[in-house]
Amino acid sequence: MEKRATFSKTSVGVMFVLPQILLVFTFFYWPTGAALYWAFTLERPWGGGNEWVGLDNFRQVFADRAYWGSISRSIIFAGATSFLSMGFGLLLAVACDRGLKFYQAFRTVFVWPYAVVAPAAALAFRFIFAPEAGIFSALVKSNHEFWNPAQNGYHAMTMIIICYSWKYAAYCFIFFLAALQSIPRSVIEASALDGAGVLRRVRDIQLPLITPTFFFLLVISITDSFQDSFGIVDVMTDGGPAKATEFMVYKIYFDGFRGLDYSGAAAQSIVLMFLMMVLTFFQFRFIERRIHYS
Amino acid sequence: MKSKLIATVATLLLAAATSAFSAERIKFEMWHGLTGDLGGAVEEVCKRFNDSQADYEITCTSQGSYDNALQNAIAAYRAKKNPTIVQVFDAGTLDLLLSEAYVPARKLMADNGYKINWEDYIPAISNYYANSKGELNSFPFNSSTAMFYWNKDAFAKIGKTSAPKTWDETFDALKALKSAGYECPMAWNYDTWPIMEQSSAINNLPIATKANGYQGLDAEFAVNKTKFVDIVKNLKKAYDDGLVKIKTPDTGATIVQAFANADCQVMLSSIADHGTVGKTQKPDMQWEVAMLPTLTGVERHNSLVGGASLWALQGKTDGEYKGAAAFFNFIAQPDSTLFWSTRTGYIPVTKSGFEFMKAQGFYDKAPYKGRELAIASLNASPITENTRGIRLGGFVQIRKEMRDALTDIFANKVSVDDGINAAVERSNAVLRKFEKTYAGKMLP
Repeated sequence: MEKRATFSKTSVGVMFVLPQILLVFTFFYWPTGAALYWAFTLERPWGGGNEWVGLDNFRQVFADRAYWGSISRSIIFAGATSFLSMGFGLLLAVACDRGLKFYQAFRTVFVWPYAVVAPAAALAFRFIFAPEAGIFSALVKSNHEFWNPAQNGYHAMTMIIICYSWKYAAYCFIFFLAALQSIPRSVIEASALDGAGVLRRVRDIQLPLITPTFFFLLVISITDSFQDSFGIVDVMTDGGPAKATEFMVYKIYFDGFRGLDYSGAAAQSIVLMFLMMVLTFFQFRFIERRIHYS
Repeated sequence: MKSKLIATVATLLLAAATSAFSAERIKFEMWHGLTGDLGGAVEEVCKRFNDSQADYEITCTSQGSYDNALQNAIAAYRAKKNPTIVQVFDAGTLDLLLSEAYVPARKLMADNGYKINWEDYIPAISNYYANSKGELNSFPFNSSTAMFYWNKDAFAKIGKTSAPKTWDETFDALKALKSAGYECPMAWNYDTWPIMEQSSAINNLPIATKANGYQGLDAEFAVNKTKFVDIVKNLKKAYDDGLVKIKTPDTGATIVQAFANADCQVMLSSIADHGTVGKTQKPDMQWEVAMLPTLTGVERHNSLVGGASLWALQGKTDGEYKGAAAFFNFIAQPDSTLFWSTRTGYIPVTKSGFEFMKAQGFYDKAPYKGRELAIASLNASPITENTRGIRLGGFVQIRKEMRDALTDIFANKVSVDDGINAAVERSNAVLRKFEKTYAGKMLP
């Protein structure tokens, strides 16, 4: 007969779960609840009264063209950075997995960018891309129109996408490499014996076998890009020039913490939360179907 | 016998208790938003206060920036863990003024037995921080105003020995500088403070209805109806002609850096940068500050005070308020003023402080010469409705809307009129929301 250790009482189980529930409650449900309440009221920053205004804050947010702008910029940013960071991460991981020259050293080096905090990376990239002082200044000396992120919104966006992707390519690299290395060597050797070249092996053997990692990274990259862009934007452009790099999170920060419009910022955070939930839901619903967990 | 022993023990205990009590200084906290060299200067002021007396001990903590000092103080106040004193920058004044979170400066000093000569404060400064009756709510601390910085070497090359007094003269000088081979006659960074807020005051132009908001929260932003539009048009034209260059951290140098290393010959910036320019300037560069240019044919009015003031927050003990009052009294003394203005570029906030510094010969010596012009600029005229200050809610957002508009205008994405009109419309939405948030509240 099979023996099992079970908890006879629910109370014991509850006690085990309690610390976790407390944590989630304190750091998620409580703040979310407060934000939800503020989103439906007009909150005075120094306290002393808030008035119920129903959906006014949401109406105002959605009626604002600048807000829709920040949503579309956030989505473009999410798409571009996920594509770039996953693409480069994968490329580097495949190269390292192949055991090319010095791959042990590269395996370590490629991880480093992820360890650099976002504002530090942003400071470095701001210098590199500064049209009058940095490395780029040599390239644009004759023609300032060619590169000027301080005035051209597209340039500023490009600069931020590159900086963010540089950092997150390292993150993707770690996961892709781990996934590639977990593929049994025998499978790859067998295909090599069958005469498959490197690219063919990548396409037909390795990529299909790491789709679960691919899916995981896609969800994480998109979610993170919505939230983690803040440190880079704050240091590099302050959301400028003229809102060209103002993403949803930066707008929440600016309206709430600097503009002291707590209610507007609360309404925006609720919208962001729902957008994240919807995006993640769609990814699980439509992309995960095509993934095979072996 | 026994009673004698008890009496001795009691006396001893009492003696111990009193000595312990007298050694215990009342501690209180101040949060401020200055960092680096200026943050160090604040800490020195606090140390001077602690060394000057034995009853109170102030701990001054930098919160990293004006914004952070305000945000952290709000969070702490909501959790009832706020410091006794907090430094709040000019644009944060109105939210605090409409709250019940502070102890008015006048009440604090009266309650604790200090007689302050409130008339001694320079009117342009005290009016900004006072209520409708002219009573101060907070203590002006680090005060500044915008100035015209000009490179004397460069101006000498075009045969000029004094700074231009009007915008027309300024543009003529910039043209001459350009012809004389200077790449960057004037540096600019889209900052609205000198060209919108300060220039409007100097030319006696309103930036909003209802006396710039002093007469009610229903004020409307109205810079699109004043000559501010002309100032922007002329500046844009100068930019198109290559007379003005944009200098921001993203281009590689701030305007202060560009001016200090003689790359750019003119900038409009705070008098607080006077010290920084002096310390970081190219060796032997000759430069001076002057009052901001006016529009041609307009009588000069007083400029506005910038910087920050110190507020006493609610919810502290009587002892802590005594300490805070002692600290405010200490920083208002003339020698504290002299120390603060020497150590930083900030200006004295009282007439007596200014006179004291003049008597000490402060303004005759090389590194500080010229700073008296900031006081002259603040004292240029009696206060009018347009030069009293700015009482507009959400002013941080309004500044950003205008800055974004200017960025678009200078990038040729929108015309000057359309850009400013759109920014005004968006700013008014901010104002209406602010008005609704404080529905039923009157300006004190």
